[in-house]
Amino acid sequence: MTESEPAAGGVLPPAVEATGLVKSFGGVRALAGADFAAAAGEVHALVGENGAGKSTLIKILGGRLRPDAGSVRFGGEAIELHGPDQAHLRGAWTVFQELTLLPWMTVAENLLLRHEPRGALGFIHRRRLSRDADAALERLGIRHIDPDALVEDIALAERQIVEIARVVIKNPDILLLDEPTSSLGEHEVAWLFDLIRGLRARGKCVVFTSHRWNEIASIADRITIFRNGADVGTYRGIEESEAVTLMTGQRLDTLFPPLPPLAAATPMLEARDLAGQGIDEVGFTLHRGEILGVGGLTGHGHRELFLTLFGAQRAGRGTIRAGGKALRLRGPRDAIRAGLGIALVPEDRKTEGLLLPMAVRDNLTLAILDRISRLGVVRAGREREMTRQIAQALQIKAPSLLHPAGGLSGGNQQKVLVGRWLLAESRILLLYDVTRGVDIATKHEIYQLMLRLVDEGRAILFYSSDAEELAHLCHRVLVMREGRIAASLARPALSAEAIVAAAVREPLVA
Amino acid sequence: MSPELAAPRRRRSLSVHIVGQNAGLLLVFAMLAAAVALYCLFYWMQQRSFPGNFELTSTVDNTMPLAMAAIGQTIVVLTRGLDLSVGGIIDLTNALAAVHMQDSLGSMLGWTVLVLLAGAALGFLNGLLVGVGRLQPIVVTLATLSIFQGLAIRVLPQPGGAIPPGYTALLVNMNQPWALLYLVLCAGLWLAFRRSAIGVAIIAVGNDEAAARANGINVVRSRVIAYTLSGVFAAAAGLFLAATATAGDATSGNGFTLSSIVAVVLGGVNLFGGRGSAIGAMAGGFVTTMIVNILFFSRIDPLYQSFYEGLFLIIAVVVGGGIGRMLRRRR
Repeated sequence: MTESEPAAGGVLPPAVEATGLVKSFGGVRALAGADFAAAAGEVHALVGENGAGKSTLIKILGGRLRPDAGSVRFGGEAIELHGPDQAHLRGAWTVFQELTLLPWMTVAENLLLRHEPRGALGFIHRRRLSRDADAALERLGIRHIDPDALVEDIALAERQIVEIARVVIKNPDILLLDEPTSSLGEHEVAWLFDLIRGLRARGKCVVFTSHRWNEIASIADRITIFRNGADVGTYRGIEESEAVTLMTGQRLDTLFPPLPPLAAATPMLEARDLAGQGIDEVGFTLHRGEILGVGGLTGHGHRELFLTLFGAQRAGRGTIRAGGKALRLRGPRDAIRAGLGIALVPEDRKTEGLLLPMAVRDNLTLAILDRISRLGVVRAGREREMTRQIAQALQIKAPSLLHPAGGLSGGNQQKVLVGRWLLAESRILLLYDVTRGVDIATKHEIYQLMLRLVDEGRAILFYSSDAEELAHLCHRVLVMREGRIAASLARPALSAEAIVAAAVREPLVA
Repeated sequence: MSPELAAPRRRRSLSVHIVGQNAGLLLVFAMLAAAVALYCLFYWMQQRSFPGNFELTSTVDNTMPLAMAAIGQTIVVLTRGLDLSVGGIIDLTNALAAVHMQDSLGSMLGWTVLVLLAGAALGFLNGLLVGVGRLQPIVVTLATLSIFQGLAIRVLPQPGGAIPPGYTALLVNMNQPWALLYLVLCAGLWLAFRRSAIGVAIIAVGNDEAAARANGINVVRSRVIAYTLSGVFAAAAGLFLAATATAGDATSGNGFTLSSIVAVVLGGVNLFGGRGSAIGAMAGGFVTTMIVNILFFSRIDPLYQSFYEGLFLIIAVVVGGGIGRMLRRRR
């Protein structure tokens, strides 16, 4: 580990530099005097927990936010950015964390937005727009995305690719990427990293954020660690454990808590020959005290399975039994009554199921309003007491329980969802990708929470896009492929490699 | 430069995409065709003959104000807004034209320009309040609707005034459906607008305001321009209304607030913004006129007309929505 000055050795000013940035939202201080510098010809990773200020920094550098204090320099020149256009003029382009594509416009229209080819009269030339977009995608090695398709009709990973392509075709000198890989598969990440290496070879500056350590280690020349809105240092070749300590300010000895073995096999949730939109011939048994993992590549029916089990999507065929009784699911109400609870993080991360503008407390009690009401009026004292207890038990970090749920960090939003189903006395919890985009310390808390929940006699069906997480945290893992269960892995055969291998094996013969 | 990301996908041609992405437009024209067929049927049952030039001319002339208002409403709805003041602007511009226009070419042209500018100014006021003031479109335009209606009554307290016959002939020739030319012109204007920077910006704002802003689109400016254009088209509607009535009435525009929204919905424009075509909205306007025509010839008690208009509207929206969903699923 070496703390180092910019690679250019002080001769050239850094390609992009920020000093003393301060930014507050309401009462929350996102940046508290952060410094950052990245040089031309380097790939610079920004790491830190959620809420450490990485995204805010990127937004300021990209011209989308204005800092309360501090300055930004491009190539040594101090610039006050009033909007993305001024950053663009300096060659700085940003791929923001949340998608900024326009859903009801075509891929081509999005790719060349505000840079469309014009015809003789100055109007957009539709056919040339389509052709130019096609050529631009082709140059980047993207041949599977139709430039004339509407953005809403293409898959999420494809949208992320378009989002990246749109910025890369502008030929940026400084490329800022905020969590570009969170919705990409392995293959697509490799594509992106090739692109980044190409830019580096041509002397461009690339700054990116990620929660996936192996990605950071594989491509970053330098790493700047953020904590609580300020940088804690810039490093070359730092070990993961050391970085985690710096990010959290504490040591996490083991990220994954040890998993107690299953005692007795009491079935709690059984699915037999379940078929419907996106799933086929799905069967499994979830036992009391068990964490049953569901893994595989995105888009292979996991989401549909979870929605079907929760009654939010019709099953075309098959049976679902909970506690030995066959369920007739006409909607989520029936599932809730049967003791199921769901925490589902949709692919675009705007949490499904949470009413974001409403208070944390209202979100917690949503499923049990009839139980805590008398004559249709919610008993405020009882509500206060119950929500206070659950928030404490789950360590939900919120300024107050009256704070809007939308103001909480991703990990804490997940906890609110879990809390809702605990209050509803759900015995079977369906947790769908609850740890995605969640920082390491909160992940650790969620893992411990899950173990406590099954220890108390509940059962958890747990989908995760992270194979490592599944391998460590689950008693068994079902790997889905093309809507079917391709493999069921139990210890000792269970490992991240085995999950990935089962997920990508040749397509099933029809 | 980069490795192949995934297997190439067979591309569909641009034309196929354009048809697929404009299903709403096809739908409203199918609805219009069905309405015309039904109208012809009822007409034949009553008259033992088919409607001719006179019926076409009067239908076009009667629909022109609504078609104009629907274009303006479309532009605002595309930004995810709503312009309830359309009726008020029609009232006011209609009254202004009836009071001031004289029977000379100079006066007619001069007042046409002035009235359109007045509409632009009224729309601009809406735009400022919604765009710069960040107020809710419904509240703002409900308030300005009332204000504009009040001003219209001041300008023309009783129905009256006069529109020179020459002006009527210019806008809505009562003998031939020449007003169709204005519709073609408007369709052309729309296609140009859709391919202009401001058109794209307005649609982008309705798609996703935050994303539009992240792309460097000036959201406030786009909104202000959208409401201003809506004012201009409402003023055009006021002029057409005055021309067909050959006189002014400061309350005659009131119904257009709601009927322009109906036309927009029938025309396949998404009320939540970002999707739709003014050409569809114009066709939607014609569908509503045809519904009234059909009711007239089907010998329904006039007292029930409003009842059946509503019923037809619900049927049209339900059937249209169902077909639209079916088309989407097939894709």
